[in-house]
Amino acid sequence: MSPQPQAAVGRPVSRVEGRLKVTGQAKYAADQTASGTAHAAVVDSSIARGRITGLDTAAAEACPGVLRVISHRNAPTLPYLPNRGSLNLPGERLHVFQDDRVLFHGQPVAVVVATTLEAAQHAASLVHVQYTAEPSATDLTSAPADEPTTYARGDAAAALASAAVRLDLTYRLSRMHHNPMEPHAIVTRWDGAELTVWDKTQWVQSTRDELAAVFGINPASVRVISPYVGGAFGNAARCWPHATIAALAAREAGRPVKLVLTRRQLYFGVGYRPAYEYRLSIGSDLQGRLTASVHDLRSETSRYETFAERGVLVPGRMLYTTPNVTQSHRTVPLDVNTPTPMRGPGYSTAAFPIESAVDELAHELGIDPIELRRRNEPENDQASGLPFSTRRLRECYTVGAREFGWNRRNPKPRTTRDGDWLIGMGVATAVYDTLRAPAQAHVRLDARGTAVVESATSDMGPGTYTSMSQVAADALGIDVPQVTFRLGDTTLPQAPVHGGSLTMASIGSTVQDGCDRVRQQAIALAVGDERSPLYGADPAAVVVYDGRLHVKGDPARGETYRQLLTRNDRTHLEATGSYTPAQSRASMHAYGAVFAEVAVDARLGMVRVRRMLGVYDAGRIISPKLADSQAIGGMVGGIGAALMEHTVTDHRDGRIVNANLAEYLVPVNADVPALKAIYLNGRDDQADPIGVKGLGEVVLVGVAPAVANAVFHATGRRVRHLPIAPEDLL
Amino acid sequence: MPIESPVPAAGEEYPAGLSRRTFIAATAAAGGATASGLLAEPAEAAEAAENGRVSLTVNGARHATTVDNRTSLLDLLREHLGLTGSKKGCNAGACGACTVLVDGRRVVSCLTLAVRLNGADVTTVEGLADGDLLHPLQQAFIDQDALQCGFCTPGQIVSGVGCIREGHTGSREEIREWMSGNICRCGCYPKIVRAVEQAAGRK
Amino acid sequence: MYPFTFTTARDTRAALEAGRNGGRYIAGGTTLVDLMRETVERPGTLVDISPLPLRFVTVTARGGVRIGALVTMTDAAAHPAIRRLYPVVSAALELSASAQLRNMATIGGNIMQRTRCTYFRDVTAACNKRDPGSGCAAIGGFNRTHAILGTSDACVATHPSDLAVALTALDAKVRLAGSSGTRSVAIADFLLLPGATPDREQALRPGELITAVDIPAHPRPLRSGYLKVRDRQSYEFALAAAAVALHSSGGVIRTAKVAAGGVGTVPWRLSAVERHLIGRRPSTRLWSSAAELAAEGAKPLTHNRFKIELLQRTVERELRIVGGTA
Repeated sequence: MSPQPQAAVGRPVSRVEGRLKVTGQAKYAADQTASGTAHAAVVDSSIARGRITGLDTAAAEACPGVLRVISHRNAPTLPYLPNRGSLNLPGERLHVFQDDRVLFHGQPVAVVVATTLEAAQHAASLVHVQYTAEPSATDLTSAPADEPTTYARGDAAAALASAAVRLDLTYRLSRMHHNPMEPHAIVTRWDGAELTVWDKTQWVQSTRDELAAVFGINPASVRVISPYVGGAFGNAARCWPHATIAALAAREAGRPVKLVLTRRQLYFGVGYRPAYEYRLSIGSDLQGRLTASVHDLRSETSRYETFAERGVLVPGRMLYTTPNVTQSHRTVPLDVNTPTPMRGPGYSTAAFPIESAVDELAHELGIDPIELRRRNEPENDQASGLPFSTRRLRECYTVGAREFGWNRRNPKPRTTRDGDWLIGMGVATAVYDTLRAPAQAHVRLDARGTAVVESATSDMGPGTYTSMSQVAADALGIDVPQVTFRLGDTTLPQAPVHGGSLTMASIGSTVQDGCDRVRQQAIALAVGDERSPLYGADPAAVVVYDGRLHVKGDPARGETYRQLLTRNDRTHLEATGSYTPAQSRASMHAYGAVFAEVAVDARLGMVRVRRMLGVYDAGRIISPKLADSQAIGGMVGGIGAALMEHTVTDHRDGRIVNANLAEYLVPVNADVPALKAIYLNGRDDQADPIGVKGLGEVVLVGVAPAVANAVFHATGRRVRHLPIAPEDLL
Repeated sequence: MPIESPVPAAGEEYPAGLSRRTFIAATAAAGGATASGLLAEPAEAAEAAENGRVSLTVNGARHATTVDNRTSLLDLLREHLGLTGSKKGCNAGACGACTVLVDGRRVVSCLTLAVRLNGADVTTVEGLADGDLLHPLQQAFIDQDALQCGFCTPGQIVSGVGCIREGHTGSREEIREWMSGNICRCGCYPKIVRAVEQAAGRK
Repeated sequence: MYPFTFTTARDTRAALEAGRNGGRYIAGGTTLVDLMRETVERPGTLVDISPLPLRFVTVTARGGVRIGALVTMTDAAAHPAIRRLYPVVSAALELSASAQLRNMATIGGNIMQRTRCTYFRDVTAACNKRDPGSGCAAIGGFNRTHAILGTSDACVATHPSDLAVALTALDAKVRLAGSSGTRSVAIADFLLLPGATPDREQALRPGELITAVDIPAHPRPLRSGYLKVRDRQSYEFALAAAAVALHSSGGVIRTAKVAAGGVGTVPWRLSAVERHLIGRRPSTRLWSSAAELAAEGAKPLTHNRFKIELLQRTVERELRIVGGTA
């Protein structure tokens, strides 16, 4: 078949749901306001470990408007059937209100259902809980660890011992919370045995399957709807305990229930990026060629589930040519709730120690940090032995260095000053997996030449609605406004989790396939129709543009979808597209080079990012306007990780002490100066049919180490923990 | 930079830049600059109940309703008036997602008790467009792609409208500072600044 | 939030009457509503004082300023006389909170603002300020943002107001109305050290109402400014802050007003710094020798030792900015 003209893909299309969002009409989970809906408020434990010995609900129940107070005292036994398909982890997920055990500070111990929000919240504050507390452990650095996950190639110990240069470094990364602007919210309604749920989720199927498993019902009896997601960054992929609480509350109260977690509850009601301690030893020759690296990692997990990020070990194995590598990653079970992937999971964590250490090595050896990285650029993936599908990291550095003015950087730290400010430039590499997963999409083209494309995926902000509409528009040969893309509903064709940067590759390829099928149906109909100007034409020579089929090279010979379908009494054409990733015979990743310029107040220690540039090798860019926003957003997230984000636990009792947006600091507008992103032109045809490599994750990776390296260059002070605070630089 | 402060002219007096409502309150109370003038009328009978009546205008429509005294303006809008455009991001004045205009000034509706708003004129994101014609700042948000997930967007836009009215759009730096009360976790800040610039330029 | 009754006071007498009967005044509400939602505050009656005639700024012949208690932070900061006469006040206000909160919060409410101490705000934690006698979780807990000056065994919570720091430096007085008449209290006496009774934060008698803040006239020309150091560039409380006002004549500093924020349980007047400055000629060396005295008597906690040095450097920097290096 002839390739379709590319009219929408690659063009700076504005967000198709933009109008709904700027007018306040886009309905997020908590915006569902069906009449008769009761409100729920959760009571959290105030100890980290122990047993509930008393639970007085009399005052709460006496509040006007209170319908039910549910706790382990009166909750029904829930089946909690196994459900490994929905991102549940090794171990066993938290069972709500099933016994008197407390496993972490903030664990739900009761829920109040009331006719008004005010009544529910007030009554929740009146539930009096007594505990027998047991000693708790929440400190990653001091608690015993699990058996490690290990990796080895070559003889790293020997190579380190004989290395010309050897650095032994310890890095610490703080726990971070996703803190999307939208708190987790869910509305649940039972109609007999059928459950309908409006949820904030990156994967409607995961909520469906988990609730079905918890309540022991058929997944087909659960419908989950989630048209808009107010940011998530990973924390709405799994179905968390509050979903069970809301569904249970609705069942017990006999009416729909809305449960919106408070901002405070988001710090223990859903997951977080775990804290890490990362010991890294690297050895090199005098030219800066790495000979060995030894990675020893510890990260926090809960006592009831094991969260071990696979991605955290990948960059250490494949990013730079290193003949001898050993890795050991131990999870440390603590009296905390379970972590979960957060934007750039694992990779962004590993990037800080690795990219800082490479920078340290470059400084030790007096080699430019970009040149040192070039000297360690591998020819293939040393972990798998596979060739790279595409890897244009050298180009990222060349373009970035030119655009950023890297040659103006004095290699000696603490040499550039602007009044009270010390100025520094830093650079770091970004890398993230190209993930793909099976998916389906339904495409229906009607006789007016408009199309509806549907898949049970999600749009937490990157622009799924828009980018899928662009793919569909080109594949069908119609304009973007003629396409309606629907998502976020379990009644739609199956899709994978909206995370891991796999949506564009997976859903995009599916949409492409479905639309190709429909277009081919139309072409087949036309070339077989004696009344069509295309009758008898070679189907492979027919393309569609602007809703009109014609023979390539002979635009006069053709007709519109409308003419074709109307004449044939067809109301529509439809097909289901599908995508199954091929067995990969290449190492596939997206890459980037991130540049940062910072100013550090020489006396006051304040760090201000002045400008940043990211240059990315992410394959084909479907929606450049939105991809640019994603990259800028990744940099903003990385600035937060570098300079302010830090969930603080009081280890005496496991309490999170900054569980709010006034003390868990994320960047505000004033923190964010000129940021720029460049995507290298190109595509990766081994990755997937539409040639994309994913970009939502890679744009966060490398930002924090670029900032940290710039801070070193500005001040001569190497900070080996995140975030970097003023007191580190006084 | 510090400013040298000369002695002002004797008796110089300035009314603070008050909003319409507060100005009425201020002028109605002439001579009340000191609190010693306890000549006032007796207090209105206190509402004994834990509910109150409130009559206010939202996006041009009058609403008279009984509210729980605890109900915030945000919850009144969202749960009682069906105006869910204003968002609850933190419910503590720390994010700006709930920003609305009260008597023309941007405020956080989560910390505003509804029962206090008798006679107030409230504008939410739903009240900015003129029929199908978007407010210039709404259009600018689309043009500049100043949004991703869209959850903070209503608050950003209403806050931006306030920022433009206040005249804090003299430079990108000024916009950044005066838009810092609205957190965007997707990280759209540079584009939000451009959108505010775009709309301010059209004023 | 606990249920409460609500009343609107149409005039001062009505307000005082309601206050005498245990009503809690509400003006901007930005702190009070927030703390009520956390159930830290549980007033039985709220008295809305917004109709009271306390939205004025008057300037005296000599350059003193009276700011009505109900003037919003926005209006106070933007007021031309305040901007011109006391840039330190405008700067402290505009470096506080956000534009939205400054449109709501009032001058009276700002100095009544309660601490951001996380343990104070968490009703399940021990806190002598919230629950006298329950202990202080901050002393052995996470206390990076807590005070190093004016602390006691009972409380180490930082006073959060920037405005109050500027007002402290300027010797402002708080005007109060009560059932027995009006009185005026120096802000330094109005805001109380925690001592053994951290729950008592202001020298207010039951039912008293703040009606205005008086900034006295100072010798002119007076140069002043406010510097706030924090982790992010806006919308955050101070790690350390300095309010500085200087008057020189004949090349010699005659008046020096210096106070620190973010470091004390109350806004911290730096009298030793002031004494060191007076009678001396401005110079870089003077700023640094004066600033060395800024943290006199500081008692650091586990996580805030850095504030000693940060305070000194913040004061030094703002002295230089305001005083110049000539």
